[in-house]
Amino acid sequence: MTYTRRETLVIGAGGIALLAGTPAMASAVEEAIAAFTGGAEIGESGIEINAPEIAENGNVVPIEVSAPGAEEIMVMATGNPSPPVCRVSFGPAAGSSRLSTRIRLAKTQDVLAVARMSDGSFVQTTRAVKVTIGGCGG
Amino acid sequence: MISRRDFLQATVAASAIVGGSGVGAWAQIAARQQLTQDQLLDFDTFGNVTLIHVTDIHGQLKPVWFREPEINLGVGEVKGLPPHVTGQDFLKLYNIEPGTPEAYALTYNDFDALARTYGKMGGLDRVATVVKSIRAARPDALLLDGGDTWHGSYTVLKTGAQDMVDAMNQLGVEAMTSHWEFTLGIDRVTEIVDSLPFPFLGANIFDAEWDEPAYEPYKMFERGGVQVAVIGQAFPYMPIANPGWMFPDLSFGIREDRIAEMVAEVRAKGAGLVVLLSHNGFDVDRKLAGRVPGIDVILTGHTHDALPEPVMVGQTLVIASGSNGKFVTRLDLDVREGQLMGFRHKLIPIFADVIEPDAEMAAVIDGHRAPYEAEMSEVIGQTGSVLYRRGNFNGTWDDLICNALIEEREADIALSPGFRWGPSLIADTPITREDIFAATSMSYPEAYRSEMTGEQLKIILEDVADNLFNPDPYYQQGGDMVRVGGMGYRIDVSRPQGERLSNMTLLKTGEAIDPGKTYVVAGWASVNEGTEGPPIWDVVENWVRRQGTVTIDPNNSVEVTGA
Repeated sequence: MTYTRRETLVIGAGGIALLAGTPAMASAVEEAIAAFTGGAEIGESGIEINAPEIAENGNVVPIEVSAPGAEEIMVMATGNPSPPVCRVSFGPAAGSSRLSTRIRLAKTQDVLAVARMSDGSFVQTTRAVKVTIGGCGG
Repeated sequence: MISRRDFLQATVAASAIVGGSGVGAWAQIAARQQLTQDQLLDFDTFGNVTLIHVTDIHGQLKPVWFREPEINLGVGEVKGLPPHVTGQDFLKLYNIEPGTPEAYALTYNDFDALARTYGKMGGLDRVATVVKSIRAARPDALLLDGGDTWHGSYTVLKTGAQDMVDAMNQLGVEAMTSHWEFTLGIDRVTEIVDSLPFPFLGANIFDAEWDEPAYEPYKMFERGGVQVAVIGQAFPYMPIANPGWMFPDLSFGIREDRIAEMVAEVRAKGAGLVVLLSHNGFDVDRKLAGRVPGIDVILTGHTHDALPEPVMVGQTLVIASGSNGKFVTRLDLDVREGQLMGFRHKLIPIFADVIEPDAEMAAVIDGHRAPYEAEMSEVIGQTGSVLYRRGNFNGTWDDLICNALIEEREADIALSPGFRWGPSLIADTPITREDIFAATSMSYPEAYRSEMTGEQLKIILEDVADNLFNPDPYYQQGGDMVRVGGMGYRIDVSRPQGERLSNMTLLKTGEAIDPGKTYVVAGWASVNEGTEGPPIWDVVENWVRRQGTVTIDPNNSVEVTGA
């Protein structure tokens, strides 16, 4: 895995915790969200995922999540056999609450991110990423 | 910014495509003899900036027949909107009389008969005459090429596209963007780009390793006292739709944020006019125009649509200039104090028998063709049917290719990619080697023969169908459905991926395709590295030669619902 300077800065300012695999069930996603939020209500604004609409290579899909003011962001690949991707926390020295990395996507699915904001509230968003066989037009 | 009056003015100019006398003159000009070069070029110069747009020429140096699609379905929000309007509906929408030169140029109706009346279209020597005429009226007119230029013919294949590079330099292109260019392989692309007297723009092309811009994103031109910014947008799905291993270090994508960033940057540098020279495809550009503010004009390409009027999205003009050299767009703009105040537009049809060839360009073209003329002109067989490619589900050229694959490769089922390039042939004419290459020429032509289960076939067809019929244009890749020989199916285009296909049937037995059973499948143009097989043009040539005269039966094997 290669890190851009920006990614390195994000990691340097925060702390990255890769989660262990969990069973491939839709409920695994819900359970992880519930564990992260403690069942609190989740808003929808103030968090953004940037990812390609269609992955060029499903094995290394670049994603970027930003949630200004977030203290912690959790990312899930909802369609993977093991959905959890990472949890990144941002300390007081972090310039911005933004992470970018490359993840493996087993198939077309939603990438989901949940952020815990400094006031203790939570926000969430998803972004559909297609993983296709390829072929051509034009 | 743009008033209704200006828009009407554009409509009238577009209508002047053959008449010069405005709307309603079509029926009077029904015969070729009455068409003149002056009428085709007639244009009342307007404003202070002129853009000339050509795109998707696909290596066609010489005039061609090119039949427009009969079926071009739109889904979701764009259902029934141009360019998803064909045939009679198209003629009605744009107030064009059937049987006129414009009807022949823009629709499929009566193609065979009208082709005999009005002749071939395109040819870069004719295009050169048109460009010179526009530049005579507006010497600093800006000529932009939307890409898919260095691909698609016998001579492109033999010269590594040097023929097209030299011809476009002769034409005086001032910036271009790209798609099939990259299938020459990155080394050849780099060699050509280093030699170009103009920029090869791609704001959305990045280094895959470091995610850094790989090509110039835009170029500023001073024209008519206006800073004109041209931002290039290459085909976003390059490594997915075409073999990524041929340009392994590059990443593409729509990258909407990047385009917005570039628009802001050029505006900050004083651009009074912002042009996106795009190979996104029409629906992607229409969506982009609605989401990225500040673009005045999108010169769109990739999906090969020819529209006689701009499509307006908010304040953005989306211009579709067709393919294969059939059309040149002239767009005159009035830009004052950093604002687009008005425009006049004309989609100029290149009727090859009406527009005089430019001698200098003809010499460049002939020079590249001469060494190959004998082998290109060899007659391989005859066609008893019109051969064409365009259409969402099938076309007779691909029916021919699928028939050849099934018989030559002894397969149950054949797959031919949903390309939109490749000119047409009219009935009862010879099929030359050049004609076969015009429908097949590419750098990964291997005709594979492999085994697939019924389930795998379903997955492939569902995947391709979603690239075409996903209701969100950003998830579309812009081609047509993979053409299938030897198998029929039903498709409900309104369903989500995985639920569109049903009733898959092996035609030779009439039996339903069994998901667990294995079938022999032949195809070509696989994006996978290491694909083995003879080049598709050899397969087609051998088959055509054996047939003598090729006749294609009507193809009713795809049943479409949900449209």
